[in-house]
Amino acid sequence: MIEVENVHKSFGNNHVLKGISTVFEKGKTNLIIGQSGSGKTVFLKCLLGLFEPDEGQICYNGQYYSELSTSERRDLRQEMGMVFQGSALFDSMTVEGNVMFPLDMFTKQSKSEMQDRVDFVLKRVNLIDAHKRYPSEISGGMQKRVAIARAIVMNPKYLFCDEPNSGLDPKTAILIDNLIHEITQEYDITTIINTHDMNSVMEIGEKIIFLKNGYKEWEGTNKEIFKTDNEAVTDFVYSSELFKKVRQMYIEERN
Amino acid sequence: MKHLEAIGKYFIMVWEVFKKPTKWPIMKSLILKEIDELIYGSMGIIVFISFFIGGVVTIQTALNLNSPLLPKSLIGFATRQSVILEFAPTFTSIIMAGKVGSYITSSIGTMRVTEQIDALEVMGVNSLNYLVFPKIIATMMYPFAVAISMFVGILGGWIAAVFGGYAPSGEFIKGLQLDFDSFHVTYAFIKSVVFAFIIATVPSFHGFYMRGGALEVGKASTTSFVWTSVVIIITNYILTQLLLG
Repeated sequence: MIEVENVHKSFGNNHVLKGISTVFEKGKTNLIIGQSGSGKTVFLKCLLGLFEPDEGQICYNGQYYSELSTSERRDLRQEMGMVFQGSALFDSMTVEGNVMFPLDMFTKQSKSEMQDRVDFVLKRVNLIDAHKRYPSEISGGMQKRVAIARAIVMNPKYLFCDEPNSGLDPKTAILIDNLIHEITQEYDITTIINTHDMNSVMEIGEKIIFLKNGYKEWEGTNKEIFKTDNEAVTDFVYSSELFKKVRQMYIEERN
Repeated sequence: MKHLEAIGKYFIMVWEVFKKPTKWPIMKSLILKEIDELIYGSMGIIVFISFFIGGVVTIQTALNLNSPLLPKSLIGFATRQSVILEFAPTFTSIIMAGKVGSYITSSIGTMRVTEQIDALEVMGVNSLNYLVFPKIIATMMYPFAVAISMFVGILGGWIAAVFGGYAPSGEFIKGLQLDFDSFHVTYAFIKSVVFAFIIATVPSFHGFYMRGGALEVGKASTTSFVWTSVVIIITNYILTQLLLG
């Protein structure tokens, strides 16, 4: 579980996060949504410890990040997995090398133990025959799956995903969403996903936080988001014609 | 003010490089890879340039020593001094700043742009140690390249002198041995170690702290070459004053 208490973050005169408080529960897929420039990425980077909040606290399973020593922060980082928007796979390594990297860096496992673990996670993300291929030789969807495999190989307690299905076709995007959701429940991870994608919101959003201009404008579930009267949320959610029609159908059905 | 801030940031970066080291088996393979990329991969251009520079120095010296009172051995002497004191350590370093420096900036810069450095940081890896430390150690092999550059430069000079008809082989070799001070070689190696450190760290700094996209990676490579060259030239002056002055 991650508890966020009144987090503020500025860059020069640009006040990006303006007092965000929320709780991300364990075993749930938490989504952060909002327009570009609303502060989603900065918020995610604060949660990851890449940015330190100017004010406020972030608490990981009862441990306040600001109170941790450098080595404790390093240990905490090893409990985090991250799937970057562009996958961020190491170009110079094969798929297998990318997934094995955290094991190689931080564990004392033997080569065969590491290999077994890599085989297991690659199988879990449905990548069987790509071990020896380089990131540039595989598709965007496969790269995302490798990134997920790398993020979960150390059995993390927290999984962060920055727009995991951007640049993917709708079918692959749904596969990736479902994969993250299944992994979250299977391994009881606290998962936080930064997304613009309304399909993700509908499919896997067990808890959704809507950011606007650095404030937390709304929070709720994927069921509640369709019922809310919050104008900023409805503007964002129903910005496309498709979702306007979905809402209309929903209202008609309810009446 | 901006430059002072950058200088401060550079020294903080250098300090960070030596903190929280990466596991030795991983570091060892990274160092070997960097030696292959940065030193072994540069030998061709170093040998090529040194050979012709040595030849040109010899020809120019010979053409300027046209008094019959001056012995031909001075051509060998001048070639040796020029190649050992300046051309091998400094001129080669400027070439390396272009070849190796731009490679370092663009490879680290691309990792920054594609969030690979963020990925390392999130995993709890000291990205500066992982990326820059192997480059520093690899470039410490640079004096070997400079030694080869000295040999090839003088060889180029000898070939130009003998086959160009500027000096007989015996006279040229006599000049090479004339008033030889071994400290000049030590001086050249001290300079090349310092230049190697500059070649590894200044381009890394420009790559690591760059912001933006592919276009900025290109701009960072150019800026890094300019600054690496400037720092090498200034350091060359200071070291020469300190060691030979």
